[in-house]
Amino acid sequence: MILEALLVSAPDWAIRHSALLIPVVPMIVAPILALSPSGRLAWLITIAATAATFYFALLTLGIVQSVPGGIISYPIGNWPPPIGIEFRVDALNAMILLIVSGMAFLASIFAWPTMLAEVRKEKIGLFLCAFLLCVAGLCGVAATGDAFNLFVFLEISSLSTYVLVAMGSSRDRRALPAAFDYLIMGTLGASFYIIGVGFLYAVTGTLNMADIAAQLPALTGNRAVQVGFAFIIVGLGIKAAMWPLHQWLPNAYAYSPSLVTMFLAATATKVALYALIRWLFTIFQPDYAFEQALFYWVLAPLGIAAMVICSFQAVFQTDVRRMLAYSSVAQVGYMILGISIGTAAGVSAGLLHLFNHALMKGALFMAVAGVCLTYQGTTIRDFAGLGRSAPFTMTAFAIAGLSLIGVPLTAGFMSKLQLGYALFDHGWWWAVLLVVFSSLLAVFYIGRVLQSVFFEPPINPRKHRKEAPLLLLVPLWILALANIYFGIDASFPAGLARDGAIAALGMEALP
Amino acid sequence: MWDFILDRAGYWAIIGLMMISLYIAFSAENLIKRLVGLSLFQTTICLFYVTLGKVTGGTAPILLKEDLASHYAPSYETPLQASPDDAQILAETSERFADLVHTYSNPLPHVLMLTAIVVGVATLSVGLALIVRIREAYGTIEADDVRALDIETAALQDAEAEKDLREATV
Repeated sequence: MILEALLVSAPDWAIRHSALLIPVVPMIVAPILALSPSGRLAWLITIAATAATFYFALLTLGIVQSVPGGIISYPIGNWPPPIGIEFRVDALNAMILLIVSGMAFLASIFAWPTMLAEVRKEKIGLFLCAFLLCVAGLCGVAATGDAFNLFVFLEISSLSTYVLVAMGSSRDRRALPAAFDYLIMGTLGASFYIIGVGFLYAVTGTLNMADIAAQLPALTGNRAVQVGFAFIIVGLGIKAAMWPLHQWLPNAYAYSPSLVTMFLAATATKVALYALIRWLFTIFQPDYAFEQALFYWVLAPLGIAAMVICSFQAVFQTDVRRMLAYSSVAQVGYMILGISIGTAAGVSAGLLHLFNHALMKGALFMAVAGVCLTYQGTTIRDFAGLGRSAPFTMTAFAIAGLSLIGVPLTAGFMSKLQLGYALFDHGWWWAVLLVVFSSLLAVFYIGRVLQSVFFEPPINPRKHRKEAPLLLLVPLWILALANIYFGIDASFPAGLARDGAIAALGMEALP
Repeated sequence: MWDFILDRAGYWAIIGLMMISLYIAFSAENLIKRLVGLSLFQTTICLFYVTLGKVTGGTAPILLKEDLASHYAPSYETPLQASPDDAQILAETSERFADLVHTYSNPLPHVLMLTAIVVGVATLSVGLALIVRIREAYGTIEADDVRALDIETAALQDAEAEKDLREATV
């Protein structure tokens, strides 16, 4: 409904170029920010740029939903694919683009107060420049239809992420080794991906994803294809923090600036997961024998291990940001488990959880950013008694926390329910039990914080009644209310996820 | 057996280099050495791609005189712009290069690796900048020492929190 109004009101050039403009707008604006003399000006430009990105993402979604076939193919420089690079957006990409750009928009609104506290004043322009480059890279990964182009965008987003994580060093020097570890792991991940693409290129002679997909059925049993497949899965697995390749994630999330943690937690691993889904379902087909084996022997056990082990680890953390980081790895486990079912229902459940997880982790990390801002601490002890001194921030935290557990009437419940149905239909009832068990662990780790927040007196007498600034509260409550709204009426995200799953499983080859 | 191995000497070298560099990137304690391993790994990937692009008996992918005459037709410019029909352009492109006199290597992997080299340089420079900052903040660039200092910091923070707690209860 809103989308149709947008489509009608959009100018002609916006409709023609919307898919390209999503990554290009932040990419062009980023260098301008680096030159901006004042931090406040840079911040306002950032908001405008991310708002424009969000607008184009909505527009793209509208176009994808209205055109027959549901695919936008945008040949860059008018070179026809597969010779030229193609941006190819279907229902799956459109959903990811919407998540990334929406989160970038909300993150840029609350950036100002957290940056003042955590980034040196003369660095704000550069900081926002790196932030926008990261947005551009993530959007590019989600929009492109070219395997090598995906690598380039992946590295754009990763390189800016290393810089952003390291910016946390003004608050805690441990951000620096965390960023360095992330750099080593992230680069290895991208390198593995590119080796895999090399193998596929050697066999198929093309880099266009749709073209590779069209050529693969003729190459059944080819060893190079299988090797390339393995390299790509491991590489993207590192980027997506698939257990046990997640070691870079907890430190990177715990020590980076609040803005970066919130944005990365809501988007970065999601985009890598999107690429994984694209390779698993669109380019390779789930009925290839080696992929069946991968689902059953690798992805499903690893997803379950992530769910259980990382939830356990989260229970024992004293720092709230670290706890939420481990929980993120566990949630990636749910998504991987959904993907590993290999059916449209499973992928759709994984995608729905991906969407909802962006909402809840975004809200949780934003609330933690508010606490970090006003009370300068992120351990559970620092949270004691905050229910009375910062009720608005903490209520939103509680809503998102309940959503993370999967309490009915929250978004998290909807996606876990869908995952449960998909698992049952596939006959993996034991996995449903493990999902419930892992949710129980979430009750423990979120419950520990909530108990400290609402039922303990403030330990530190220096703490007085002080809310997070309004610039933070508004986006925080938007996310918190979205968690409730999509928990009651999940038709919008569920529709996106279903269309996305169908698009992922049935992308047609080039005409 | 030996023929099989020797025929693929380039690939064996790449595999060897890849394993060595990966081992360095994971096992070195010195952060600079770790970065060297990473850089070497990326260079090996470039080697791998360039090897893929080599066609047996092929020369550098620049059209030689015999091919030039028949293939650099003046009509080259017009069809690309005049006809937006993708299928037609594709057909014309493959037709134009179907009957070359000489064999050429595939230039595309080299072009891809130009991009990958740029990415590698960017990664290396960000990594080195991070090492400079680590050295400023910790006074060392040995991963073990950094880890030990971090554990110390964590212990200190815990002790401070304990003190706060005690003060608050008193």
